Amino acid sequence: MNFLNPILTPVAILLAAFVAAFLGAAVNPLSTWLRAQIDFLPAVMVFAALTAGITTVTVTACLGGLWQDSLSANPLGISILPLFLVGLIVHRSHELILRDQPFAQFAVGLGASAFAPFLTVLLLYTMGRQPIVGWGSLWQWLVVSLIGAVATPIIFWAMGGLTASLTHPVFHESKHRPDRSIRRGRL
Amino acid sequence: MFKRPHYVATLFVVLLVVGILNLPQPTSARLKLAISGLYLPLFGLVSFFQSTSHRLSDAFTPRQTLTQELDQLRREVQELQVQLRQQEEQNRANAQYREMLGFAKTAPWKLKAARVIGRDPANWWRSLQIDLGTRDGVRANLPVICAEGLVGRIESVSFNRSQVVLLGDPACRVAVLISETREHGVLVPGSTSQLDQTLVDLKYLPRNSQVKPGSSVVTSGQGGIFPKGIPVGTVGDVRQVGYELYTAARVKLAVDPSRVEEVWVVF
Repeated sequence: MNFLNPILTPVAILLAAFVAAFLGAAVNPLSTWLRAQIDFLPAVMVFAALTAGITTVTVTACLGGLWQDSLSANPLGISILPLFLVGLIVHRSHELILRDQPFAQFAVGLGASAFAPFLTVLLLYTMGRQPIVGWGSLWQWLVVSLIGAVATPIIFWAMGGLTASLTHPVFHESKHRPDRSIRRGRL
Repeated sequence: MFKRPHYVATLFVVLLVVGILNLPQPTSARLKLAISGLYLPLFGLVSFFQSTSHRLSDAFTPRQTLTQELDQLRREVQELQVQLRQQEEQNRANAQYREMLGFAKTAPWKLKAARVIGRDPANWWRSLQIDLGTRDGVRANLPVICAEGLVGRIESVSFNRSQVVLLGDPACRVAVLISETREHGVLVPGSTSQLDQTLVDLKYLPRNSQVKPGSSVVTSGQGGIFPKGIPVGTVGDVRQVGYELYTAARVKLAVDPSRVEEVWVVF
């Protein structure tokens, strides 16, 4: 998969973050049935951190956090820091993570989707807010983490497909070298 | 290892977050509305798909079913018309008595229907977005109800969209009344309402309260936001709290906020 297009990848990531923030707020039967609102932004942050530079990670965290908070009762800007930390930690270790492996994407997505809401609630308490948190929140945390984990490989697959369809295919040079070929002659 | 760009990015984000979080409340609210305005096309798209799917389902409903529904609705309309005439007579008598006693006149409610277009993406708040805004005359703190009872109140308004804080959110505390015993209390977020959004706590009932499970709870009209008499729910269980200084109860809300799709804004 060719994720490293310098212009298209950041644009696609920002578009994905915009749609992810909207999907979190959209009315959907799955959220009603699971009794938890679903958050795809940490999964998008994982993709950004593993495929783009720190500038894209920073911009995605800032805009994604603002977009999400604008649709929520959260204080504006509270989601930026957790998303950025997710991106920063993953980006720091991106050379060690097998980013093409779905299981690695799932595992990193699980950690990111669990860490971001936890840190947001912690920040809210630090600011003196009283979010609705109790034993039932553990179920919501589990659901959000698992769905974020499942969404991460799907985002990698979808973004890979999008990038591939909008860019020229990568030209792989042939391994054949005429000057190194064995010529059969007469014995 | 962190490199220089990582430190620069971290510093930038920290400064940005501190700056935004310290904005004055009105500026922050205006900024929030401006940013959420970017989602108008997507909300419009969702509304279009919802209305199209309704129209399609109507188009494919068999004629026989529609005729049955029509007959049933006609019967209901006739029954309601009879009830309305009785109610009008009672209202007239009530208005006469109030005038005789010198009570202030109560204005009838004006209602405007709205569709729910979004929910709070955070699991730790209870709010939703409706498709009415300042262009429809909506302003902050107007009550929001549906056929079953109280839903919440308007928190913030943009041109064509409003945010409603629901019962059970820390920002929506309601002064209520037990219909049977006329005891007053305050509805606050429930300690077990994370999964079941229909459960909230009723606090500050009198110490020797006579409230029993099954009693109905309505708005008391105190506080100046919610008119008196809007159904809220029924009492589930009752207990003494705060070293028996007051009685608390759990209330099962009449409206399940997680399933509500259409609401009415009360003017």
